[in-house]
Amino acid sequence: MSDQVSYDSVEAGAEIPAVSYPVSRLSLVKYCGASGDFNVIHWNERIAKSVGLPDVIAHGMFTMAQAGRFVTDWAGARAVVTEFGVRFSSMVVVPDDDTGASIEVSGQVEEKLDGHRVAIALTARSAGAKVLTRARAVVKLP
Amino acid sequence: MAINREYLGRAFPASEPYEVSRVKIAEFAAAIGDPNLLYRDRAAAQAAGYADVIAPPTFPIVITFARSGAALADPGLGLNYAMVVHGEQRFSYARPLMAGDIVTAQVTLTDIRDVGRNVTLTTSTDITTVTGEHVCTAVATIVERGA
Repeated sequence: MSDQVSYDSVEAGAEIPAVSYPVSRLSLVKYCGASGDFNVIHWNERIAKSVGLPDVIAHGMFTMAQAGRFVTDWAGARAVVTEFGVRFSSMVVVPDDDTGASIEVSGQVEEKLDGHRVAIALTARSAGAKVLTRARAVVKLP
Repeated sequence: MAINREYLGRAFPASEPYEVSRVKIAEFAAAIGDPNLLYRDRAAAQAAGYADVIAPPTFPIVITFARSGAALADPGLGLNYAMVVHGEQRFSYARPLMAGDIVTAQVTLTDIRDVGRNVTLTTSTDITTVTGEHVCTAVATIVERGA
């Protein structure tokens, strides 16, 4: 976790440095169990390929969770997320090897809103593809 | 099988009460690889102004997925789940979910539309405490890919 960000210290347009988050087959198995989403395309390569996917893919919500972590780590413990939305524009393909895949998240302060809130525009990429679009969080800062 | 359009606008019954537990929050935080203390350490959460540990912003999916999953599994709807991918997800929060919350989830199927060979379905799920406090609304769009 980073230091606490205050509303007054934030400037619109400021970039939030990118962070890379790993995702392995084990990550997906754990996420299946924790979320209750056992869709076979997230753990069974045979069925994933049989329905036309390149390989096992990460849950969209796993990717969104990384973007959420990016926001809350930046904003600090006293910040409160009031809105968070994403569109899943491409799949995060997770190969069955020792490396897995990675999701790189970056952000920018889009605008300062009333009520001590700021809107953050988020970008997430994996293997060169933009995996989230229209990704945006609104955070209330102290 | 085609999606049954008669389900458009259907408000599904609210779920049985779900109790948000510290253990489940910690399990979820571990699964997404997030070491944030607010999700594990009551003292850290209290220092930030909360009564108990809070849940990560995407945690409500644990509650809404079970409910919307059950709704979308209704055989009358005709959805082929192996062909489903997640298209879009939005949350609006009155506050974070917290350990000890007892909540219900009520799903409404708000949109069904054809997009090329695919069909998209949008659900809106309200998470409300059993004492009537609205905590979060989750809007999900899923895509059934055309064969």
